[in-house]
Amino acid sequence: MDLKQSTLDKIDHLVPRYPDKRSAALPLCHLVQEDLGYLSNESVEWIAKRLDLEPINISEIVTFYPMLKTEAQGKYQVRVCRTLSCALAGAYKTCKQFEEAFDCKVGSTSEDGLVSLEYVECHADCGRAPVVMIGEKEYTGIKTDEAHELIERIKNGTVDTE
Amino acid sequence: MAIEEKRLILKYTDQPGYTNDIDCYIKHGGYEDLKKAFKMKPEDICEEVLQSGVRGRGGAGFPAGMKWKFLDRKSGKPIYLICNADESEPGTFKDRQIIHKDPHQLIEGILCSAYAIQAKLAFIYIRGEFFEGYKILERAIEEARVKNFLGDNILGSDYSCDIIVHRGAGAYICGEETGLIESLEGKRANPRIKPPYFPAALGLYQCPTIVNNVETLCDVKHVINMGGKEFAKIGTPGNTGTRIWCVSGHVQKPGYYEFPCAGVTLGELIYDVCGGLLPGRKLKAVIPGGSSSKILRADERFTGKKKDGTEFDWGIEDIPMDFDSLSLVGSMSGSGGVIIMDDSTDMVEALANINYFYAHESCGQCTPCREGVPWMKKITTRMCTGGAREEDVDLLKSVADQIAGRTICAFGEAASWPVQSFIAKFKDEFEAKAKEQAILRKQGEDTATETSLI
Repeated sequence: MDLKQSTLDKIDHLVPRYPDKRSAALPLCHLVQEDLGYLSNESVEWIAKRLDLEPINISEIVTFYPMLKTEAQGKYQVRVCRTLSCALAGAYKTCKQFEEAFDCKVGSTSEDGLVSLEYVECHADCGRAPVVMIGEKEYTGIKTDEAHELIERIKNGTVDTE
Repeated sequence: MAIEEKRLILKYTDQPGYTNDIDCYIKHGGYEDLKKAFKMKPEDICEEVLQSGVRGRGGAGFPAGMKWKFLDRKSGKPIYLICNADESEPGTFKDRQIIHKDPHQLIEGILCSAYAIQAKLAFIYIRGEFFEGYKILERAIEEARVKNFLGDNILGSDYSCDIIVHRGAGAYICGEETGLIESLEGKRANPRIKPPYFPAALGLYQCPTIVNNVETLCDVKHVINMGGKEFAKIGTPGNTGTRIWCVSGHVQKPGYYEFPCAGVTLGELIYDVCGGLLPGRKLKAVIPGGSSSKILRADERFTGKKKDGTEFDWGIEDIPMDFDSLSLVGSMSGSGGVIIMDDSTDMVEALANINYFYAHESCGQCTPCREGVPWMKKITTRMCTGGAREEDVDLLKSVADQIAGRTICAFGEAASWPVQSFIAKFKDEFEAKAKEQAILRKQGEDTATETSLI
C-alpha cells in the first residue's frame, strides 16, 4: 500500500476521534479512495487491519455505497443526476450528449480512460436542474449548450474538478 | 403581485455581502443564542422546544420536543446528537443552502441542542456528494473551536462538546435515522427494527441518541432566541415556525422559498412566487413533499373536515402549505420538496423514473422491498419502452400494496406511495399506454417510443 503521508496523517487524526473505531470505516474508505482512485482488495484488507476488523467488514460497505469504487475510474468522473427533477429538465438528453461525445456508454469508462460516465440519484440541487458533477465539482443547469461547453473543456483539460 | 417571503432560517443568506465565515456570522448576532442557552438549564431549553411545537423538517414531521422527551436519561450511557444532513429525498435542496451559506447557524443550533440534551459528542452526517459542503463545515467547526464555541469547556463553562462531520457515500437509506446510525457505526445502512431500537433509547453504539434534521436544529436556535411561545406564534397551531419549500420541475423560477407554515398556498407558491408554469403550459400534477409523497392531480377537489371540526373544500391551488393541510389532502409535506409537472409530462414515465430511484436505493434487507421495488421498476420501464401489457397496471398496484407495511423501515411505504397514488389518479394514462401498444402489436408495428424521463 502506497498511501501519501498526508493521507496517513489524516487517518491517524481521524480514527481516535470516534468512540468506536469501526465508525471510521467509511471515512477511511473515502480517504484511501481519494488517494489511490479506487478501493482494491489490497486497500480493503489494509483498512480492515488498520481498524482491527475483518476484510469482509470493509468489503460489505464497499459493495453497498455507490460512491465507493472497486475499479479504476477515468481521469474525469462525470456523474449525471437522472432523478425526477433533473429528468424533467432534460437530464437524459444531457447524458446522451456525454455518451456520444466520449463514445462511452453510461455506466462505463471510455476506452482512452478520459471519462467515467454514470447516472447518479438526486444530488439535492433540483432547483438548478439538470445537475452534473465532474470529480468533486458541481455544475448546474446543464442543458444542451452547457453540456457542449463542458464536453469541450473536458477534452482540452480545462474543466475544474473541485 | 409577488408574495413576499418571510425568512427566519435563511434570513441572511443570499443578502449581498453575507459570507459563511465566523466573523460575518458574529457580526450578525451569531452565537448570542448559544450564550443565552448556556445561561439556561438544559431541561428548560427542552421545555421551550416542546412549547414551540417545532416539528421535524426531515420528512416525518414528528414534534422535536417530544422526540427529545423520549430520551433515556437514566441509562448512565453517553448521549449522542446526530444532525441528519443526508438530504437525499428527491426534490429537496434546503439543507444544502444552510450548509453552504450559513454553516455557523447550523453549528450554533447543534450546540444549543447538544447542550439541552447533554450530549458531549455530536455528529453531522452529511451526504457524500456534498464535497464542498463538507469542507465548509470542517472549516466552520475549526473557526468555532478557536473561539471556544465548541470543544472543551465551552465559553468557560464545565460543558464540553465536539462535532464530527461524517460523510456518507451515496446511499439514500442513510436518511432513515436508524439506517444512518448503522452507517455511522461503520456498517451497511440497514435500518433497525422499532421497537426496540428507538434511537432515543438504543441508538448509536446502543446509547440514547437524538437524530434531527439540519433545518430542525436551526429552528432550535431560533426557539432559544425568541422563546417557545413566541416561536409558536409563527404559522398556525400544530404547524409552527417557517418552512423552506424547495420548488423544482416545470415552473419559471424554481428555487427555495421560506414562509411561515400555512403562510402560502400551493397556488401562490406556483404562480406568484415561482412565476407560474412555462409558457403555454398547464399544471398537471404536483408532488408536494419529496418524491415519496403522494401525488396531487391538478383538477382534484379535496374535501373533508379539519382537526378543529371545520370543513374544507379546496382545489389544488387552495391547499395551505403546512404539515396538517397536506396530510388532509392525502399527501404530506415531507421534506418540503415540491415537484411541479405540467401537461407535457407522461405520468407513466414520471413514475418509471421514480421507481428506478427506489429500486436503486432499496437496502435489500427486507424481501418485499428488495424484490418488489425492482419489480415495479421493471413493469413501469417496460410500459415506457414498448412492452406494456394490459394487466400491468393492476399488477403494479398489487405489488405496491404488498410492500407497504411489510418492511422494517418506512422505505417500503416511500416506494409504494408513488405507485399507489399515480395509479389512483392517472390510471387512464397507464391503461391507454397498454392499449395503444396492444393495437400496434396487433398491426405488427414497432411499439417502442422515445422516452425522456427513463
